[in-house]
Amino acid sequence: MLKYIIKRLMLSVLILFGVSLIIYVLVRIQPGENFVRSKYAMQLAQDNTGEIEKQVQAMEATYGLDVTPIAGYWRWLGNVLQGDWGNSFIFSVDSGKKELYYTYTDAGGQTQTVQYYDESEVPEGATTFEKPIATSSVIYIIYSKSGISFLISLIATIFEFLIAIPLGVISATKQYGVLDYTVTVIAMMGISLPTFFLGALMLKFFSIELGWFPYAGLTDPNSGLPTFVDNLWHLVLPLTTLVILSIGGLMRYTRTNMLEVLNADYIRTARAKGLSEHAVIYKHAFRNSLIPIVTMLAGILPSLFGGAMITETVFSIDGIGKAAYKAVTQRDIPFIMAYNMFLSALTVIGTLCSDLMYAVVDPRVKIGD
Amino acid sequence: MAKKDSHYISAKDMRAIAKENRRITRAFEKKKARKNIPESEYLSEMKDENNIVEFDDLKTYFYTDVGTVKAVDGVTFSVPQGTVVGVVGESGCGKSVTSLSLMQLVQGPSGQISGGEIRFKASDGKTYNIAQMPTNVMNRLRGKEIAMIFQEPMTSLNPIFKIGQQLDEVVLLHEAGATAERAKARSIEMLGLVGISDPERIYGQYPHELSGGMRQRVMIAMALSCEPRLIVADEPTTALDVTIQAQILDLFRNIREKINGSIMLITHDLGVIAEMADYVVVMYAGRVIEQGTAEEIFKNPMHPYTVGLQKSKPVVNQKVDRLYSIPGSVPNPVDMPTYCYFRDRCERACEACAGEYPEMYQVSPTHKVACHLWDSKKKEGNE
Repeated sequence: MLKYIIKRLMLSVLILFGVSLIIYVLVRIQPGENFVRSKYAMQLAQDNTGEIEKQVQAMEATYGLDVTPIAGYWRWLGNVLQGDWGNSFIFSVDSGKKELYYTYTDAGGQTQTVQYYDESEVPEGATTFEKPIATSSVIYIIYSKSGISFLISLIATIFEFLIAIPLGVISATKQYGVLDYTVTVIAMMGISLPTFFLGALMLKFFSIELGWFPYAGLTDPNSGLPTFVDNLWHLVLPLTTLVILSIGGLMRYTRTNMLEVLNADYIRTARAKGLSEHAVIYKHAFRNSLIPIVTMLAGILPSLFGGAMITETVFSIDGIGKAAYKAVTQRDIPFIMAYNMFLSALTVIGTLCSDLMYAVVDPRVKIGD
Repeated sequence: MAKKDSHYISAKDMRAIAKENRRITRAFEKKKARKNIPESEYLSEMKDENNIVEFDDLKTYFYTDVGTVKAVDGVTFSVPQGTVVGVVGESGCGKSVTSLSLMQLVQGPSGQISGGEIRFKASDGKTYNIAQMPTNVMNRLRGKEIAMIFQEPMTSLNPIFKIGQQLDEVVLLHEAGATAERAKARSIEMLGLVGISDPERIYGQYPHELSGGMRQRVMIAMALSCEPRLIVADEPTTALDVTIQAQILDLFRNIREKINGSIMLITHDLGVIAEMADYVVVMYAGRVIEQGTAEEIFKNPMHPYTVGLQKSKPVVNQKVDRLYSIPGSVPNPVDMPTYCYFRDRCERACEACAGEYPEMYQVSPTHKVACHLWDSKKKEGNE
């Protein structure tokens, strides 16, 4: 078992290498101007002297965009192996650390500002103040932005499972009944609607027309509510959107599995034993129908931490999904790379978890070495 | 062109049929799901007190989108106490559906018992009409009074529960005041009874760890564990290889001596029937065409179909160029003819065969046949 896990993890290093190479090259060969050139596009257009061009080239060198994609990849990989994931081109967040300063009036009557590191350095009568330090380290950005995304995804996933699985079971047991058709139609609507469309519809009706819910962000200083309640209040619409969109697929999946299991011979055996319909469905059929659902675990892990790119963008939630969307549109290579490697690692771990879970739920599956 | 084909059905017709079917099946399902209905509604009287089961004009139909399939259409026969009754016929003749009807296990909502009676004499002395019983009452009979063994041992056991759990379940369900220890002791005893040499070990194993023959033994043990009055074995040896088949048949013979119950053996294998059965019921296209004691059916088959069936069985030490097979195929079940269903395949079809479907003619106290040939012979004899 341990051997199997180690083997799988070693294999995943290879997978991650391949994934990173592909993503890096894809981002680099994306059509259009790179980050620096698109930022200085106006200046470059008016550049008569060639000076701006020189500056831009120097900047490209600083950002590591002056070499070919492959060479750039090796440089990126070298840095990553040394633990340096690089700095984001476009994001900077409060690192939580502070720089400390004190001011005093010198002999000439001038006000001087001095940075200090220890209380003892501060002279008598000087006033102190502090400045927050910003950081662009991609690791820190991902860390600071994924918290809220995780919260949203977690709540949405819990609701998704709580709603979709029972609905799937019910519509399978009442196949072709009124309930089955109703649930199926609603689920199909959920599957078919694009996120941005449903999100926009929600905003239009519930927040702009009816004014029941706020339309952007996570907090409203004027709401007068405690922060936590205020956050939840802001999350109602994005969560509803996410849940409506996701239950359809899971519900249909559960229904299909359940139907297949309900037609199995061993269900007939269970009925022939004289078990009640309830025992047949919830004891004999349900556990069997869970086996394929375990595969879904592989996808849940990355989706929990990876954020909901479009939903977060539509509802202006400052999570990792929105950041990733912005990074892709502005070609923030270090961030895109770190974000995608994070997702890939989670996917690999998720797949491993779901394979291990198979052995737990299905006695026929044995994890070998 | 396609319209000339009698099997052709337009989308409009199909929708109309589907709508009508839903109305019919919904009514049936509603009836089965009712609770607290008076016993009088499903109590009945046996015609012959020696019988344990009497099928009386049983009709089990499947309401499909292309039309109603009369899988079992007016089947009448009975299973006397303490005997083995073999039901034989080719694939699709309705023998499995007959047995599933007896267990109320016909796959709903499309499949429904649409008419007739299945009278079952339970151990409490009452006679139940299974065709009218609500499901929750039927659950008391299933497993306890009537047990069923299925054709596919490989898939008939739940893969995620241990053998022990699946066996215990039956005992715990049907025996009043059964404890876990009591159930386990009983399960292990049953596993021993069906010839499993190491019952304690098998008790703790999963179905996938056993071979097909072992699984079928487990299924038989499961069926026996509540000492049912009737065991329905639906092609219990079909999915097994020949040596295991012989062992399982031996097992059935042993069981027969040990239990005080009847066995309804469904098979398409005449050899199995010849070895096991006291009475034989031959079915064709959803109807019983001949029935009698095993001796009568094998020594003196009367229906051309029974004769054909026996001819198509390979015989040891007999050289033939080509094994006989009955020509033609079964008529379309959706659109059955009004005349004898076997007429188009029958070598001995006569003028009378173009008329109505033949009724059952009694040729001896136990032997009955549904064929015009024997009707006319009788007439000749009278003249």
